[in-house]
Amino acid sequence: MWQTLYEELKDRNFIVIAVAMDSRADAARPWIEQAAPTYPALIDRDHRVSELYNMVNVPQAVWIDEEGRIVRPAENAGAFEAFRSLNFETMTVPEDKAATAVNAKTTYVAAVRDWVLTGSASAHAFDADQARAHTQAPSAETAQAHCHFRLGQHLLRQDRAGEGNEQLAEASRLHPTSWNIWRQAAEVNDMGLAAGPEFWARVNALGDDYYYPPVDMAGMPPPKTDE
Amino acid sequence: MTTVLSDLGAFPVTASPGEGLWLSAAEAAMATGWSLQPEGLCRGAVCVPAPSGREAEFVAGGKVNLAAFWRHMDAPAAHSKEGDIWALGESAGGRADSLRSLEAPDFTLPDLAGVEHSLSDHRGKKVLLATWASW
Repeated sequence: MWQTLYEELKDRNFIVIAVAMDSRADAARPWIEQAAPTYPALIDRDHRVSELYNMVNVPQAVWIDEEGRIVRPAENAGAFEAFRSLNFETMTVPEDKAATAVNAKTTYVAAVRDWVLTGSASAHAFDADQARAHTQAPSAETAQAHCHFRLGQHLLRQDRAGEGNEQLAEASRLHPTSWNIWRQAAEVNDMGLAAGPEFWARVNALGDDYYYPPVDMAGMPPPKTDE
Repeated sequence: MTTVLSDLGAFPVTASPGEGLWLSAAEAAMATGWSLQPEGLCRGAVCVPAPSGREAEFVAGGKVNLAAFWRHMDAPAAHSKEGDIWALGESAGGRADSLRSLEAPDFTLPDLAGVEHSLSDHRGKKVLLATWASW
């Protein structure tokens, strides 16, 4: 997904580290083999990066500078929830929603490019105060949820599925806004997607809340979830 | 055999029977980075003493009850029904302090070939840390 941008900017002291929130490496493998990225494509079976950076969905991204400091904390990496306008009869989304999705992605990628080329002078690079203000700290329940998730994944790898799934359910109960935790544990369809009726019920239950929260970034199209 | 899952990895340890998670000081330090000192359980400059009058619940016979210390530190923990697997996490406050320091938390994860990569391997470059998933 980031290969074109990486190829363009790899000689500008820039690297992409892609992390798959996938407890089953075999599920991520075909996607990675097809994309054939030349940057590191890592597998995070215990969702450690979600725990460390307090992430709740994919795609989310963090900008980290040359000194290892967070420039933009975890945020939606330019995804737009066009899928919420999916017409189930035609299996298409309205043209304007599809166009907005492309616009959001293009805007996000352009912002990354601007930061790589101009550093802290970029309008999209937060200063320390802005970066702290945009940081979302985990609650005690979220921290506890990650413990249950980790334990659950370990139990599943030991073929203790019943107990493992109980731990994953407890993780999701404690951290209900984490799509990463819920979808990892959910049933997947023939395409490997956790997009069955339960998923849509959860999405519809969002109401006016976002699936992909808005990105605070100049030029981003205003996010809307209306039909 | 008991397994401790912590920020440092997964560690097989020899836990003593009884309520809680009683480990030798050496195993506790290996599995969590917290070491038993005369002042209490310590990591770096931080030492957490056992509450006065309840020391025996926390330290006894050269062993340390990590479960008791984790509760006392308000840090998250979860264990299997048999008590043979324990996940010991960082407190929400600790995670928040870490994120607000703006120092990007380091991690080490494998690629498809099993080769391990750390974020800190790429110090000196700008990094776009980007997540995705197959599901």
